[in-house]
Amino acid sequence: MSSDVSLPLSIRNVTKAYGSFKALDSVSLEVESGEFVTLLGPSGSGKTTLLMVLAGFVRPESGSVRFGEDEVVLTPPHKRGVGMVFQNYALFPHMDVFHNVAYPLRLRKVSKAEQHERVMKSLDLVELGHLAARRVDQLSGGQRQRVALARAIVFEPRILLMDEPLSALDKKLRETMQIEIRHLHERLGMTTVYVTHDQREALTMSDRVAVINHGRFAQIDKPEQLYERPRSRFVADFIGESSFLPVTTKDGSVFLDGVPLTLPEDNTGGGDQNWLVVRPEKLEVLANGTDGTGLNLIQGVVKEMVYQGESFLLYVGLKDGQSMTIRQPTRRETLASIPKEGQPIALGLHPHDTIVVPDSD
Amino acid sequence: MNWLKKPASDTQITHGQRLWLYCLCGLTMFFLMAPSLLVIPMSFSDSRFLQFPPESYGLRWYENYLFSIEWMDATRVSFTAAILTVCLSVPIGTAAAYALHVSGVRYAQILQMALTTPIMVPVILIGIGVFFLYARLGLNNSILGLVLAHSMLALPFVLITVSAGLKTYDMNQELVARSLGASRLTAFLTVTLPQIRFSIISGSLLAFLTSLDEVVVALFISGGENATLTRRMFNALRDEIDPTIASISTLLIAVSCLLLVLAQIFGRERQNEYRPQEET
Amino acid sequence: MSLSLSDQVQAATDREAPNRDTLKRAGEQEHRKLLGLTSPSFILLGVILYLPIGWLFWLSLLDKKDEFTWENYARLFDPLYIKTFTTTLEISVIVTALCIAVGYPLAYFLSQLPRRAAGICMIAVLLPFWTSLLVRTYAWLVILQRKGLVNTWLQDWGLIDAPLKLVHNQTGTVIGMTHIMLPFMVLPLYAAMKSIPSDLMRAASNCGASPSKAFWQVFFPLSLPGLAAGFTLVFVLCLGFYVTPVLLGGGRVQMWAMRIETNVAVYFNWGAASSLGVALLLVTLIILYFANRLFGINKIYGR
Repeated sequence: MSSDVSLPLSIRNVTKAYGSFKALDSVSLEVESGEFVTLLGPSGSGKTTLLMVLAGFVRPESGSVRFGEDEVVLTPPHKRGVGMVFQNYALFPHMDVFHNVAYPLRLRKVSKAEQHERVMKSLDLVELGHLAARRVDQLSGGQRQRVALARAIVFEPRILLMDEPLSALDKKLRETMQIEIRHLHERLGMTTVYVTHDQREALTMSDRVAVINHGRFAQIDKPEQLYERPRSRFVADFIGESSFLPVTTKDGSVFLDGVPLTLPEDNTGGGDQNWLVVRPEKLEVLANGTDGTGLNLIQGVVKEMVYQGESFLLYVGLKDGQSMTIRQPTRRETLASIPKEGQPIALGLHPHDTIVVPDSD
Repeated sequence: MNWLKKPASDTQITHGQRLWLYCLCGLTMFFLMAPSLLVIPMSFSDSRFLQFPPESYGLRWYENYLFSIEWMDATRVSFTAAILTVCLSVPIGTAAAYALHVSGVRYAQILQMALTTPIMVPVILIGIGVFFLYARLGLNNSILGLVLAHSMLALPFVLITVSAGLKTYDMNQELVARSLGASRLTAFLTVTLPQIRFSIISGSLLAFLTSLDEVVVALFISGGENATLTRRMFNALRDEIDPTIASISTLLIAVSCLLLVLAQIFGRERQNEYRPQEET
Repeated sequence: MSLSLSDQVQAATDREAPNRDTLKRAGEQEHRKLLGLTSPSFILLGVILYLPIGWLFWLSLLDKKDEFTWENYARLFDPLYIKTFTTTLEISVIVTALCIAVGYPLAYFLSQLPRRAAGICMIAVLLPFWTSLLVRTYAWLVILQRKGLVNTWLQDWGLIDAPLKLVHNQTGTVIGMTHIMLPFMVLPLYAAMKSIPSDLMRAASNCGASPSKAFWQVFFPLSLPGLAAGFTLVFVLCLGFYVTPVLLGGGRVQMWAMRIETNVAVYFNWGAASSLGVALLLVTLIILYFANRLFGINKIYGR
């Protein structure tokens, strides 16, 4: 399925240990041609190590990496032909913007005229054509990021690797750049592997997200699947805010505090200890007398209410000393229906949103 | 004297309370500077004896130096050895510093320690040891022997300055260059080397000075027509105080000042270049 | 067709851990190449440093007839040698103490100055540091000798009648050595003091410490690593110092390094010189080892 702009990528049983610490524990991942896959995980989870294996800077103990049909695990980095963007951009301070971007073309002995044409085209793509003569240290963070991107794509690599390229930018710029990179990917179509620890960024940008923890993939899925149907407590906890309530399983039914829960058909659970994942925005506050038929009911006491502008958070204490949080939009009618602190509250959770996950392995 | 009552530090101690410190430090700085600075006017004395301040000025001691074949030979030997020492110690020291920096092995630190041993071993021991060895190899009184010994002594300084430069250098740049299609050597030459050049220059200056100023080892292994300037000076000082040495000393001070200024300039350049990029 | 057991194991390995052997070989090869870059340095050091020192060590265990003996080490306890050691120790201690007494205030002063002023005052430390040892020793010879500057001026002002004996004795040696060692004390101290955050002194003040209390209870303890580094460096260099004691001591001060030189140059007694040298090396390394264990002195060598 390879094309002239992108290549499929296959990682099989890659293992890398630093002393007794297993950075990567026999991980496997297939990335389709032209796909945008994000490696998401906390720091030290092995996501950057895996990216470095793809780029050729880290040699694994064992494993296979294929770009298209070719085994590349032994290929030195400069012969892999992948574009790479580093977290701190790694622009060359002794060259101006133009020569930074022209560097890969110069190495490929592209003619001067063609170099100029391709560099300018690449810079225009990231909207920096007018800054070609600037020195690197005269650029803002966002501009540097774009130069690094232009440099990584100027030689039209069929695979692009990015290591937390937006983490040094402030929030607003980061959000703009997420969309821009997304559009650039749609336009150029190269296979992209993107590393981040920011779950929102991963959900925003990716075709698929691979959640990695302790050197293993916890779950590889489309963004909606990942959020709505996490497969372990770790994934549910890492992606989005959630409260976890312990549930018991008996004869195939799941009980919260002795009350049976209605679950969606495709829910799994199935560990020794299972947890109900409560996403704060999925709960419905049931005013007095409201009919809660068809919903899973949870009874509690309002402990505290925190106003946060566009929404407010309710901390609700449950019977057995557990607590959870609920997010509600700050609309007049919702505000009016909320019981005061110390008052009992009834909450409803739609069966479709009732997620039960096993303890992380 | 309002100034004396002004606070001098964060703890609000006043300048007045610190006056003793200023006096002591002034005297100390004088103590440090004076000897070298006194030599300069004395070298321009026209009298047969050393005087300060000289009664009349002249260049007779410089003439003495410049028209002495022995002193000129010694100067030539010293500078040749110093330049060759730079040529030998800087490339091999840089290669070693680079390898130890990127290898990332656990014993890299031990290797680095091993390569800095020349500055830990008392130089007198090196002097007699090298003399003993060269006696067997027939290298005593040769430029080659001198350069090898001085390169060994200069190596730690090159290693330390280049390692320090590599530490502030962002290795990701070399990685990115390699991912963009440069082999390791090309990446080093086109990306890393231009950026650690100031460290390498600083290391070269130190290596040059190490060789030029080295006395003890040269005392044992240099001689005859290949005696160094320092060896001749040492011997001259041991016998009698020849005012010619004042003129040579002045020239050496000038060389030192020049090297110091260069080192400061390059040191500053180095700091300016390598602000980590995230900071801005 | 059934596969043999070893084939099955091989197949399983290929599935579970593909390319393991090739990767291992490639890794080792790269390692060798990298470490190969250090080999010119190690060859140079091996031949010009380790080999001769090892050889001297060997010589120190031989007598004049090339037979094994401890005689050379036994001789270290000869009263003549003991005298040398005590002189060396005495001078080293005095010089180190003087360097601390003068160098600590200077480093403190420099560390408190604003950047530009510190840069200018730093010249006073750096210029001597970069100036040839011989030039500086020569300058002291000129200043301190019988008809030197100090004596001439003192006599001109009528403060003394006869010239003072300031050089070719221990006084001259100590003055010259202190001058030469001072930068080795000031530079590490300055670096250590510069790294003390100024917020700490403000915090101490804010907690109610008087300026002197804040200094002794906060600043001084934090500057100790620098002091330790300077102390070790100066003391170790003093122990093996040769040039200045020879020229300013005028033969009346016998230090360790000079004893080594005389044994070689005058008596051609390699065994004696070697044992003295080996002992000096051991003492130096022991001091460095303990300084490193206690204070992490590695830093004084720029790391």
